[in-house]
Amino acid sequence: MSLKMDLEVKYGVLCIRLEGELDHHTADELREKVNHVMDDEPVHHILLNLGRLSFMDSSGLGVILGRYKRISGLGGEMVVCSISPAVRRLFELSGMFKIIRLETDEDYALHTLGVA
Amino acid sequence: MRNEMSLTFSAISENESFARVTVAAFVAQLDPTLDELTEIKTVVSEAVTNCIIHGYENSGAGKVMINAFLEDGVVTVTVHDDGVGIKNVEQAKQPLFTTKPELERSGMGFTIMENFMDHVTIETEEGKGTTIIMTKEIARNRAVCK
Repeated sequence: MSLKMDLEVKYGVLCIRLEGELDHHTADELREKVNHVMDDEPVHHILLNLGRLSFMDSSGLGVILGRYKRISGLGGEMVVCSISPAVRRLFELSGMFKIIRLETDEDYALHTLGVA
Repeated sequence: MRNEMSLTFSAISENESFARVTVAAFVAQLDPTLDELTEIKTVVSEAVTNCIIHGYENSGAGKVMINAFLEDGVVTVTVHDDGVGIKNVEQAKQPLFTTKPELERSGMGFTIMENFMDHVTIETEEGKGTTIIMTKEIARNRAVCK
């Protein structure tokens, strides 16, 4: 099982849609891809759609925190949506919701970031 | 009845998924809930990742050994490496503490293991290696076994 990554910039919001398993092995690839997009295009906010993520561990938390630091350093926000109960537990355990806003779905999350 | 299995594999990140899926498949015979299976997969992933990144310092050399035992509805998983060992176990167990911030490690590995399992024991010796011993009672077996 690997990780499928769909990255799309919508009106300055980098939408990252993940499917599969996010662990130490796949985290490196995700880090590289996201950094590459952020180097190439103006990104103001990041939206993380985890609706189809079937597994995540603390390596996933690490790579998400790293991207959070980068976007917040640029004055932007990170929003996560469509999170499963298991991933939600990891986020809660590590206090991620203190810095990353949770929304129910991608459309609403985009709306709150000023994208219709 | 006691049932056991053991697994030895190269300490490379490609095997993290293999390790957690294999242990979960072995534990499945205790008829765990999906949540319990996810918890076991997650802690195996944490312990194996620690062996690879910290024990063997990402060298790609070395082997990770997993033993799993099932007895009276309790699963025991041990994850062992012959790596560098942990200098300060108390510090390593602190939430968000990491010796490798440059690798974007979250420092949540041991916190997750302690939260998702009933007991976690760390045996380590500098320069010799580390063994993590974790146990968890599978709830559905409780009524049958006690």
